[in-house]
Amino acid sequence: MSDKHGQHKSRYTADRLIPGAFDGETVTRRRFMTGTTNAAGAIAASAFVLPALGFAIGPIFKEAPHTWESAGPTDMFSDNNYVPVVVTLTPGIGEAGKTTVYVRQRNATIDTDKADRDSLYIAISSRCAHLGCPVRWVDAAERFICPCHGGVYDLLGRRVGGPPVRPLDRFYTRVVGGMVQIGPRYSVNSELERFSPRDPGEPIDGIGQYLYPSRPSARKL
Amino acid sequence: MARFSRPPTPPLPAALQAPPPRPGDGDGRIKPADQAKEAGISVVDWLDERTSLSGVARWAMFRKVPKGTNWFYTLGSATMFAFLSQAVTGVFLAMFYRPDPSGGAYESIRHVTNEVFLGQFVRGMHKWGSSVMVILVFLHMGRTFFFGAYKYPRELNWVIGVVLLILTMTMSFTGYLLPFDQRAYWATIVGVNINGTGPLLGPYLSDFLRGGPEFGATTLSRFYAIHMLLLPGALAALIGAHLYLVAKLGTTAPPWLKAEESPELRKAEA
Repeated sequence: MSDKHGQHKSRYTADRLIPGAFDGETVTRRRFMTGTTNAAGAIAASAFVLPALGFAIGPIFKEAPHTWESAGPTDMFSDNNYVPVVVTLTPGIGEAGKTTVYVRQRNATIDTDKADRDSLYIAISSRCAHLGCPVRWVDAAERFICPCHGGVYDLLGRRVGGPPVRPLDRFYTRVVGGMVQIGPRYSVNSELERFSPRDPGEPIDGIGQYLYPSRPSARKL
Repeated sequence: MARFSRPPTPPLPAALQAPPPRPGDGDGRIKPADQAKEAGISVVDWLDERTSLSGVARWAMFRKVPKGTNWFYTLGSATMFAFLSQAVTGVFLAMFYRPDPSGGAYESIRHVTNEVFLGQFVRGMHKWGSSVMVILVFLHMGRTFFFGAYKYPRELNWVIGVVLLILTMTMSFTGYLLPFDQRAYWATIVGVNINGTGPLLGPYLSDFLRGGPEFGATTLSRFYAIHMLLLPGALAALIGAHLYLVAKLGTTAPPWLKAEESPELRKAEA
């Protein structure tokens, strides 16, 4: 039989007239078997690769549970100075899961950010907004100072010097039964507006909030 | 040549006769001493008959090297031996290490360093050897660059080498956390956060490295698994590819050597 399609063969009829092909056959048994074997191999490989990949990147999409931890009775905190409180961010890993939070009462004369029931007490994270070293509150200078690369923040946690790209993070606070409780973390921009928590080193002013999007694993309340 | 003659015996049928001695083979009997002497050869023969590996070994090892090959050309092998040293000491450290963030990791390292026989030495080999390996990688890279050995047809080997460099740095980064002391912890916090400053994908990559939004219970075991399972396999495989290309393409002459003029060409030009 002559091939009426001439020299320009479609790939669907590539098997025409090869030895063993039936007349007019477009998919030979050989090609079918090759395809089936390849498909079986692909299915077998994805059976372990896909679950393993999902397992490895799963934590990116899992929201960490919110915890509220007692910081101390309300009369422990004044409105003009910070009290360091150690809270557990990650339970079960001992000292490595703890962090220092600087807590004070809200002071209407200096705190100009939005006042609501989550900010009756101001809880500033000691995690430097540059690369995450622990800042300390230096009372005499009224500054938060980072030991690693010289980041300096003012009383409200806003950057006044050094490499940090945004103010210090804060934690939600609430009062339950006369005790101040520290809740989940949130980040603030230079206007002290609340954003979902970002990692250190990620600016959230202007285009920064889009270049460093919030993650499914940690959202603001 | 026979040293003494055998007493005359009735002739055996041809099928039962021992094969004639090969030239220079003594009296033709294979004695235990001869067998012992040839044990090595026969083992190699046995293997070679079944694998044909001797050709590969000859191809890989008895290569022609250009004139001017010098000590700088040993930096690659030095790097490989640094890697092997890391692999071997790492295996033995892994026998004692516990990736337990609530104190067990630090305690197991303290135990290795202070109490295990030769533990301080093997851990020191691994700890200082990692720096040695990084330094050697850069020296090797510098040699390749300044000798122009990355040029055609060796570009792919340069690319593989760069991937090996990145894997080595990742090894250093993940290994740094494992002692789980203050320095390890804070260096990892800072390192992961530097990684997070990459736009768009950085934050998610940080979550992937930590296994969550905060440094958590799985971070240490993640780093441990990456450090001792994922990366060594990738490194070993790529080193194999790197060496294959070296053997296939050969090494380059140093740039200060000029190509020898062929006398025919000179004659033709004259």
